[in-house]
Amino acid sequence: MRRNQVAVVGAAETTKLGVIPDMSQIQLHADAALNAIADAGLTIKDIDGFATAVEQPQQVCHYLGIKPTWVDNTSVGGCSFMLHVRHAAAAIEAGLCKTVLITHAESGKSNIGRPPRAVGADSLNGQFEMPFGVAGPPSMFTIPVLRFLKTHGITQEQMAMVSVVQREWAAKNPRATMKDPLTVDDVLNSRMIAYPFRILECCLVTDGGGALILTSADRAKDFPQKPVYILGTGESVETPMVSQMETFNSSRAFKVAGPLAFQEAGIAHKDVDHLMIYDAFAHLPLYGLGDLGFMPHEETGKFIADGNTRPGGKLPLNTNGGGLSYMHSGMYGMYALQESVRQMRGIAPAQVPNAKISVCHGVGGMFAASGTVIFTNQR
Amino acid sequence: MPEPQRARPKATPETQHFWDGTQAGELRLQRCNKCSKAYFPPRPFCPECGNREVTVFKASGKGFLYSYVIHHRPVPGFTPPYSIAVVELEEGPRMMTNIVDCPQTPEALQLDMKVQVKFEKLDDKITLPLFVPAKG
Repeated sequence: MRRNQVAVVGAAETTKLGVIPDMSQIQLHADAALNAIADAGLTIKDIDGFATAVEQPQQVCHYLGIKPTWVDNTSVGGCSFMLHVRHAAAAIEAGLCKTVLITHAESGKSNIGRPPRAVGADSLNGQFEMPFGVAGPPSMFTIPVLRFLKTHGITQEQMAMVSVVQREWAAKNPRATMKDPLTVDDVLNSRMIAYPFRILECCLVTDGGGALILTSADRAKDFPQKPVYILGTGESVETPMVSQMETFNSSRAFKVAGPLAFQEAGIAHKDVDHLMIYDAFAHLPLYGLGDLGFMPHEETGKFIADGNTRPGGKLPLNTNGGGLSYMHSGMYGMYALQESVRQMRGIAPAQVPNAKISVCHGVGGMFAASGTVIFTNQR
Repeated sequence: MPEPQRARPKATPETQHFWDGTQAGELRLQRCNKCSKAYFPPRPFCPECGNREVTVFKASGKGFLYSYVIHHRPVPGFTPPYSIAVVELEEGPRMMTNIVDCPQTPEALQLDMKVQVKFEKLDDKITLPLFVPAKG
């Protein structure tokens, strides 16, 4: 795809984040969408393209009154929205639609109007993983990490620093769910969930949503918000079964999507001012830093433990507090994208001074899928 | 009220040989007749080269501990803490399992330790392949 041909012109989260017992999941979609449409200075009638994950496009389009000429329902887990951005940019460039709305919402905590996530007993996961006592992401996403830590010589203390540093970012963010400072000892002494993961290394469980509006870069200059351009994108999938990853020492899907986005953007790693790596669990930023090519995996633990990703560090990472401290409704990718857009607009609560390029990297399922979007505020 | 049970797998035509094998006390894998790749989970073609000519064979049941977690939360049919592991078989493929007949502790569960299969009968239809530390 060509660089900087499409821009984000509207971006918003749900009015409330955290525990929202007075809204169903479809209403959370609508709340985020209406906020983003207002942010872009548009009306619903202006939207002619629509994408969402899990919830079907006809449900959200009918609920909001959208009459689309292009829809996308790629549902590969929490990074689906990174893939939607990529697909929407291609659709806008191809002339299939002009103004795309992407929504995410999840009643992840209150569970109101949320379809059940069932695994069939005759699926491959149902036959070859579920019988061994896995029960959702904390017992599955975590399985590769002991091999990863051993291979790369990373300590559990260094992994705990991921949670510590992200709490420092969250403390600067009024909308973050958890703001109290943490120490490595706090993390390591917190309740064991799935050894070696303690609860403070696992994401939050909250309600919320977010929405983005994309249009062509040529039109973007007429919108009220500072345009945020799509500089590069990448995507891939690997396997729905964590046990069947090619290796636990890296993520194949990360290693495809990330470099694709860098190649398309035509940038080097030293050009990156701001970085988001979807952190459902504390090991993901370690995988991401290595798989995206910022440094060898062996150096990632020390890099974070030495403070390079904390406020004032040379590579600001997960500056909203991340899934560990900001919020995590189940498919966090949308919130990572929102933070990248805020940073590129220059309005983030913990703004990185003069940030011009933001890399936003997402994971779906348990290393099942990946999407990367590189944004810039320069054209 | 009966005790809550662990999730029961349900075979499909493509996986029936695997579950017939565990009932017969065999860990059955498949191998491509063309490129010789041994693979898992079951499917009637080679995931490496796409060839449909494949052979079911009895694996040794030996391998090593590739990675694991020790789960501390309640799950039907399990008493926490319990290991959820991935073993790498001698023949190459990896599979999820539980390491049993040893303490469920980081000290007892060492990465790369040798393990061997132990079949655990759930009911008349399903026997699961679990693994134990290898003897000797």
